[in-house]
Amino acid sequence: MSESAAISVTDLSKRYGTVTAVASLSFDLESGRVLGLLGGNGAGKTTTLAMLMGLLLPTTGSIRVLGEDLLRHRYRVLPRINFSSPYVDLPHRLTVHQNLRVYAGLYGVRKAASRIRELARDLDLEGLLDRPYGRLSAGQKTRASFAKALINRPQLLLLDEPTASLDPDTADRLRTYLRDYQQASGAGVVLASHNMLEVERLCDEVIMLRHGRIFDRGAPADLVGKYGRESLEEVFLDMARGRSQL
Amino acid sequence: MTEHRGGSLRRMGAMIERYVYLLKGSWPRIIELAYWPTMQIILWGFLSEYLVHHSSYLAQASGVLLAAALLWDVMFRGQLGVSVVFFEELYSRNLGHLFASPLRAHELAGALFIISLLRTLIGSGMAALFAYWFYHFPIWQMGFVLIALFMNLIVMGWAIGLVVAGLVLRYGLGAENLAWAAIFAIAPLSGIYYPISVLPHALQVVAHALPAAYVFEAMRGLLFHHVVLYRSLWKAAAINAVYLALGIAVFLRTFRDARVHGRLLNLGE
Repeated sequence: MSESAAISVTDLSKRYGTVTAVASLSFDLESGRVLGLLGGNGAGKTTTLAMLMGLLLPTTGSIRVLGEDLLRHRYRVLPRINFSSPYVDLPHRLTVHQNLRVYAGLYGVRKAASRIRELARDLDLEGLLDRPYGRLSAGQKTRASFAKALINRPQLLLLDEPTASLDPDTADRLRTYLRDYQQASGAGVVLASHNMLEVERLCDEVIMLRHGRIFDRGAPADLVGKYGRESLEEVFLDMARGRSQL
Repeated sequence: MTEHRGGSLRRMGAMIERYVYLLKGSWPRIIELAYWPTMQIILWGFLSEYLVHHSSYLAQASGVLLAAALLWDVMFRGQLGVSVVFFEELYSRNLGHLFASPLRAHELAGALFIISLLRTLIGSGMAALFAYWFYHFPIWQMGFVLIALFMNLIVMGWAIGLVVAGLVLRYGLGAENLAWAAIFAIAPLSGIYYPISVLPHALQVVAHALPAAYVFEAMRGLLFHHVVLYRSLWKAAAINAVYLALGIAVFLRTFRDARVHGRLLNLGE
């Protein structure tokens, strides 16, 4: 494992009884780089993200995050990482500001008030801070959840479909912000997404998952070239429909 | 740049802040805290006023039914203050965010204890004031013994609340009715309104394993005979220590199981 590895995963598997959700996954992610997890529904993307946060214990395998053994020293790692997912909500009755204050407290963020103001300005949440999270639109919730994911300036950011419910303009601005944050902070980012354009634009490397296994991996442009396709979406469709020549 | 400040107390403080926001933001929740205990007191107050003239037992200590109702509510509110507040995280599908943060399960339990204490003080406090204003029964005249009775009952409520929270973590929100049912299952054995000597022998054996039985025995000792049954209070505290340890162990175990089975991301309404 390299000194600068944000993540190093070796032979990671997760089984539920006879069902294998993830099998023999091994990969590294260098700090300052963006890794995309691509795959259809049930391919193992969310399971992999959950194991990278320690929310889910693997059946076998090892995970090192930011130089620490996640399974042994999870609480040394968690203050330095964060995540966002459209499938996990924030408390609906708390306002956006209250939610961000609570999570700033949980992550031990110094100068929480100024950090919240900064995120609200950058993510266009200023007019929404006093509104209950449950009354936000889907896109507004995504931005609030993204603000929570950045509250502690994470060195590793795990994002599950971060722009799923955003309009194209807001999604584009969020991607730009994410890229700027990642380049300025040197954070590693793992991005699970169905949005191929997003993956092509943001990711330095892509792991294509199928039935919980790595189907292929590489830089987006290399994968497109390798399969002789026009876009990553075509490569994805080949994989999903079993049309790959590999 | 150091961005992070550690510390269990800080994380517990953040969770308490979260629950206080929830309480402050919902006036029906605040009213509900005091509504049920007060209704109980109205009911038991009128019954006491009637029975005190028709029962030689109650004539010896007119406030005994009111005291019993108030103290029983402490255990009930204490339990709900842990389990139902924990359910809020499931209703809002927030467990994934919470446990992806540095928050430990035992810190969440600690925050639940404190918010349970706060909610119980609000609810039972209002009911106690009501009992004083309308029935001239000042429960605080029990003095320091009241604190011992209160703490024993709320700790027993916490232990049950943690087990219920653990079961819901294990079986999902389909098991949430346990929060209401669990405590009533032990009510008949706790000797709230009658000495446990009236129970059949086999049930008396079970009752002696419940801290609440000793608490209500001590309450009657004080109100009827003006003696402090230290032995009963210590027995209740000792059994409570065991129950609380078991409650915490069950909660932590189900939390670990939830990490094995992937429930922290999936549990919700």
